[in-house]
Amino acid sequence: MAQMLGLFREEEAESAANATEALEQAGYSNENFEILTGSPYPEGAFGEREVKHKLYVFPFMGALLGFSVAMLVTGATQAAYPLVVGGKPILSLPAMTIIAYEGTMLGAILFTVLGIFFESRLPNPNAGIYDPRITAGYIGITLTVADERLNAVEQLLRRAGAADVIVKR
Amino acid sequence: MQQRVVLPQPQVNAELLKNALRAPLWYWGIMAFLGAIVVAGSVAVGFLMNKGFGLSGTNRPVMWGILIVDFVFWIGISHAGVMLSAILRLSKAEWRRPATRAAEVLTVFSLMIAALHPVVHAGRPWRIIYWSFPYDFSRGLWVNIRSPLIWDPSAIFTYLTGSALFVIVALIPDMAVIRDHTTGLKQKVYRALAMGWRGTPRQWKLQIVAGFLLSALLLPVFVSVHSIVSWDFAVMIGVEGYHVTIFAPYFVIGAVHSGVSAVVTMMILMKWMFGWGSYIREEHVESLAKLLIVIGTTWLYFFFVEFSFALYSMESQEIALREMQAFTWPYWPLALTFILFSYIIPIPLWLFRKVRRNFKIMFWTSLLVNIGMWLERFLIIVPSLARKQVWPFDWSTYHPSAIEVLIVVTAYALVFLLLMTFAKLFPLIPLFDIKEGQTLSDDIVIGKRRVPALRVEE
Repeated sequence: MAQMLGLFREEEAESAANATEALEQAGYSNENFEILTGSPYPEGAFGEREVKHKLYVFPFMGALLGFSVAMLVTGATQAAYPLVVGGKPILSLPAMTIIAYEGTMLGAILFTVLGIFFESRLPNPNAGIYDPRITAGYIGITLTVADERLNAVEQLLRRAGAADVIVKR
Repeated sequence: MQQRVVLPQPQVNAELLKNALRAPLWYWGIMAFLGAIVVAGSVAVGFLMNKGFGLSGTNRPVMWGILIVDFVFWIGISHAGVMLSAILRLSKAEWRRPATRAAEVLTVFSLMIAALHPVVHAGRPWRIIYWSFPYDFSRGLWVNIRSPLIWDPSAIFTYLTGSALFVIVALIPDMAVIRDHTTGLKQKVYRALAMGWRGTPRQWKLQIVAGFLLSALLLPVFVSVHSIVSWDFAVMIGVEGYHVTIFAPYFVIGAVHSGVSAVVTMMILMKWMFGWGSYIREEHVESLAKLLIVIGTTWLYFFFVEFSFALYSMESQEIALREMQAFTWPYWPLALTFILFSYIIPIPLWLFRKVRRNFKIMFWTSLLVNIGMWLERFLIIVPSLARKQVWPFDWSTYHPSAIEVLIVVTAYALVFLLLMTFAKLFPLIPLFDIKEGQTLSDDIVIGKRRVPALRVEE
């Protein structure tokens, strides 16, 4: 088995989309190949599968945790030294609300960022075949190909308009 | 009408990474100049700590001087970034693309510098630990969470953490671009920072969703931060001029006014310094000026309400304070300059399209707004304390000392130095955002005209 990367020029996005169609006709489902681009393209522009994620769950988890920690810290610190001042209640709810608000938002933000990394599958230092030309505008199609089909798939990509095809064993 | 310059991706990379990959000689000259000011300022801070805060101009009853004024000012500037970036992102405003990164980075650095001011003002900064963190475990004493001086660090910490993470997340694709355009040790560093980014549809989708989600989360935080800063003053029931219920929205809108003006100043400087005329165009500055007309006028409304409600109270002490702010030396020239610079000169000028599209006039007028807004904070903080007590023998005034002035100047130099350092390491305009704009751009023909259009994502 080898990893293959077909590179299409920036202005040939349509050729890249045609290549994914040709790959599907050759028996590779859209779960077998991946598109690499240097900038975001509209979802499904190259016939790739829809991206599903659960990022929206993360801020809620973080918010709940942040709120709980903030209430615990502010409540417990006041209860730990129960000094009545001016006949006011020991637990000052308005003041606790302010810190709890910040704690909630901090938790939500931290968990969102963790979620972004987790759902983006980052960090991933050994992510597979790649070419620096991707960030210069080239559109890449990567897939894993059996040795005996290497030539056929390479020809398929070139016929579709690939400017270059790289193979990594 | 929007102009459009469609550029191939290699050209976008080359132009926007020009400074990060190979900085010109003038860049190092500016860095050396700013570095010298920062060194001088650091010496001043060291001297102040060694000899004591008596070297500042603060004295009873004016115990808050220009360091606190500057603290409020920089917190205000920090509001531009996320507010601008978040609102424009959420509303999918096309002209946001070259402005977002600079605004977000300005937020992070100005917040960092703002947070330094109270630390220096404390005189003995190590005691901040004593006030802000639980202490004296043996007696079970804890910080007083009823104090706004505890709300403040919690809000600033949340905002600073969130804004910094916002910048870092959006930087990952651009770090991959630098990784692919460098060699040797530099490449190794950027390879580690890019964390294996390849530009898969999943990564791009998460990047776009992250932009929206973090924007939505940071917007309420940004409102809370300056509200809480305003409560540092507003909850002081004993100080006329501070104890105002409208302070929270008044401070927030004032912060947005000065912050967005600072973004305009910064964008024009970036255009001039790095030659980014293809990216920072007249239409961008014009759109920001239109936004500023609305923001500035809303701010004026709050200013008017705050001032007139104070007079409407018919309290002799309150009226005396307002008279002092507006008519008594040395405050009246400051008050006049403040209102002229922050509204009367810039806003009517920005009503004219030619002015809005003129970089030079926009640069100077946006700078005027920030001079005016700095004076506004001075006029809120200092005169109110000068007349804090009822009896005239307790009245006094305040003159900043040379050391305080040097520290304030250093704060400006430090923010600029940090921004320039950032510009050497990372692109100040988000590459992928610009490229996405180019990908989605299109022209349509209506009658005999060809006009720009945009394919909008669902």
